[in-house]
This record gives sequence, structure tokens and C-alpha cells, in this order.
Amino acid sequence: MAWINTALTAARPQAMGALLRYFRDLDTAEEAFQEASLRALKAWPRNGPPRDPAAWLIFVGRNATLDTVRRLARQQPLPDEDTLADGDGGEGDTEAELAERLDGAGYRDDILRLLFICCPPDLPATQQIAVALRIVSGLSVAEIARAFLVSDSAMEQRITRAKARITRSGVPFETPGAPERAARLGAVAAMLYLLFNEGYSAGGDTTERRAPLAHEAIRLARLLLRLFPSEPEIMGLLALMLLQQARSAARFDGEGNLVLLEDQDRGRWNAPMIAEGLALIDKAMRHGQPTPYLVQAAISALHARAATAAETDWTQIDLLYATLEHIQPSPVVTLNRSVATAKVRGPAAALAMIEPLGERLAGYFHFFGVKGAYLTQLGRTAEARVAFDRAIALAHTPAEAAHIRQHLDRLVRDAAPT
Amino acid sequence: MLYAILCYHREDVVGSWTKEEDDAVMAKLSVVHEKLAREGRLGPVARLLPTTAATTLRKDSDPPLVIDGPFAETKEQLLGFYLVEGETLEQILDTARELGRANPGGSYEIRPVGLYHPAPAPVSTGA
Repeated sequence: MAWINTALTAARPQAMGALLRYFRDLDTAEEAFQEASLRALKAWPRNGPPRDPAAWLIFVGRNATLDTVRRLARQQPLPDEDTLADGDGGEGDTEAELAERLDGAGYRDDILRLLFICCPPDLPATQQIAVALRIVSGLSVAEIARAFLVSDSAMEQRITRAKARITRSGVPFETPGAPERAARLGAVAAMLYLLFNEGYSAGGDTTERRAPLAHEAIRLARLLLRLFPSEPEIMGLLALMLLQQARSAARFDGEGNLVLLEDQDRGRWNAPMIAEGLALIDKAMRHGQPTPYLVQAAISALHARAATAAETDWTQIDLLYATLEHIQPSPVVTLNRSVATAKVRGPAAALAMIEPLGERLAGYFHFFGVKGAYLTQLGRTAEARVAFDRAIALAHTPAEAAHIRQHLDRLVRDAAPT
Repeated sequence: MLYAILCYHREDVVGSWTKEEDDAVMAKLSVVHEKLAREGRLGPVARLLPTTAATTLRKDSDPPLVIDGPFAETKEQLLGFYLVEGETLEQILDTARELGRANPGGSYEIRPVGLYHPAPAPVSTGA
């Protein structure tokens, strides 16, 4: 029955989006989808998969829920009674007709709305992600709790609170105009990238638990790009995710330690993902708008294109980071740029570039890791050790700490009398 | 006669396969591919990247218009194709059924090939 679960997962965003528009209430939409899924598990093995699973689920979910409502409030006549199917629903012409109407009903905006309501700006990022995984992806609370390393009840509470917040702030049901649609896409793109990073950045013993989050982010970004095929920002986002994810198998060694880009076995990079990422960058470039995701993807692409670390085009990467600093100024971008600068102009120039960032990045693990590396290269061992110690104190994962410890061990080894 | 077997499936479904599921399908398909190759009937095979990587050139305007995305928005998408040699349509249908058992779901469109111009293989062999 694996195919039914795959079909339900694939159809869920569209079906949930339409049910939400229809019932204008998140809980009712979720109950309707749940009921439709249960009926699908009974009907589909018997009748085979419907031609349009999403249309079937919307149709059946809507009717089942209306039946319940009707039983609860028998005195109230309901509209559209003649359009409702009686039994298991969703067969033959009725389904085809419904599918036609769905296409006309702006299902693009339905799905975008469903994603967009998960990311109100006042909701913390981790809660946005959790609620999106619950509502859009249909992961169980237990699965989400496992990925975030919290108890089921804690996650249940977190999601319930997030949903209450979404309901309070009001779901926008009017069809968005161009500026609203662009704003929604931007917010959703940011949320999907956070989701991706939750999966991608995980190391050590959390890798396996969190890897599905990166896959899910890619799946949803593909869905979004299918709906809005001319959005260079979404092309850039998907390209960035694919090019980073392509390296995931080479990013950790057998013991879960982080392997730096230049030390990775490039034979283990995922070639089809790289090809797809490069194709998307090509397409996006034609639009002539360097969005932050696209520039980051282009940087990733230069790494992907280099057959060996030594062949990396650092000059071009340095230039792309300069573009990124211009369109999205941030100390972290400058810190990343300094890595390219160090390759092109040496560690002294790179150190000079990041020294003004010390105050703003005082709590940032990577700042001290990178600073320690430049100081090491310049032979300023004592200062390097201070920076590495600070980095270990700020590490978020055991893999990060272990990586810095390797640097420290090397310092000790190199300093030891021979 | 040479036939094209055009593979259509719902991209959102194929895209929801886990890597393990995808690998399992590819492994089952390769058994069929090897058999066809042994029989000397297998021509070029291609799996296409998702339609999100597609670009369409509309030639009905002058100059032609470049559009992001696939040519047509359909419920099932063209995800790949085979060129297979067969004596009769029935033989090709048997081949298609065999491929379908290895990779259920979606549809195969079987189209006899009118002109086939095999060129030397391009330098890039795809991803």
C-alpha cells in the first residue's frame, strides 16, 4: 500500500489548500482531509487509484464533512445539494468536472495560501517549520517531535499554539494581487530554506532523523516552482537547495564528523541533483535579477563545477560574494566572502575583512572557527587557540565541536618539539 | 520497426518517492533494459529532469518566445523515453507491459518512429 501513501502525500498540499479555501477553517480542513484519506485507504485498493487523486480527496473530504455538519444541524438547508455525490464519491464524469472547476479555481493560490499561513512574521522560525510539516506535509506530531528532538507532548503543544496564532491573525482568503503574491512567495521561500537548513545542517547522530526535512523542503520548492514556473527567486532557491543537498553524502565521515568542502570525496556528490541545479541557474540568469538565493546558488555551482578543490574558481566566488554583500548586506555574508578572499589574496586580507565584524558576530560559532584558521595560517598560534576555544564553546552540534578540536590538535601537534 | 515509448507519470508522485523507492524502481527497470539490450532491441534511453528545469520556445511568434516551464501543463508529465526495436505493435506492447511491471503507475505512449538519425554520442552523457 506504499503507493497510496505516496499518492496521499503528493496530493495533500493541493487538497488541503482547496479544503481550507472551502471551509475557511484550518481544523475543519484538516479533519476533512483526514476523513478523505481514511476513505481512500478503503476505496483505492479496491477501485485502483483515481485519475486525479487531489480532486478525489477534495470532493470526498468536502462531502464527508458536509454530511457531518448536516447531521449536527439537520434543520439548516445546505447549498449546492445537487452537486454532492452520495456514496464513496469521486467517480467518472463528476470527478472530471470537478477537476476542471478546480483548475479554474486558482489552485495555485490555494497551495501558496496554505504555505503562506504557516509563516506569519511574528511566529518563531522553528514553529513555522513545525506547523508547515504538520499542515502541508502531513507529518505526524511524533515524526516532527523526533526531528526536533523534543517530546511528543511538547511538540503537540507547540503546534497547537502556532495554529491558534495563525487562526487569530486571520487567514487571507481574497485572491492576492501581484504584490501580495510576490510577498507571499518571498515569505514561503524563506520558510522553505529554513526547513531545508534544519535538515541539511544536522550532523552527528541527528543526521538520519533530520535528513527527511531537507528532502521535504526540496519537494515543496519543486511544487512551488511548478505552480509559479517563471519566478527566478524560486528557481534560485531550488537550485541552491539541490546544489547543497548534492554534497550531503560527502559532508560527514563514518563517525559523523564534518568533512570540509575541500576535503570531500567529489565522486560521492549527486550528479543528477547538480545537473538540475545548474539547469535552474541557467534559466534564472535569463531573467537578469540577481536575487540572494540565485547568487548563493551560483556560488554553490562554482564549487560543483570544480572537479577538484584546487580547480575552484575563487576569484569568481569572491566576486559573487561581493554581489551578495551588495544586495543582502550582512556580517555573515562578509564572513563567508572572506573565505574566498583568503584564497585569492591571502589570510591577512581575509582577517582584515572580518575583524570589524567581531562585535556583531560575538556569539557566532563560524566566526571564531574561520578567524582561528586565518590566525593559524599567519602563524599567530596563541591567538588562534583563543579563537578555537571560543568556537568550541559556541558550537551547536557535537560535529561542529569535533571539527574545531581537530584544528586545535593540529596546532598542538605542529607546536610540539620534534 | 523502431518505436518510441514515451513515459508519462505524475511528476508530483514520482518526486515524492524516497531515494530507496526510486533506486528500487531503477534496479527493476535495469533488468528489463539488459534483456532488451541482449536481444539487440534497445536504442537510446533517457530519463528527463523535472519539468521545473524545462524551458519552452514558442515558435508561433516572431521572434520565438522563450517561456519557463514545460510546453503543456498536464496532469501527467513526459518524464523520459525509450527507443525500442519491435516486429509488431503487439511485441512493443509486451515490452511496455514488462517495463510497466517494473515501474507501475502512469502511462506509456507508444509511437512508431518516422525518421531516426543516430548521431555520434555527445560528449556529455547527462547526469
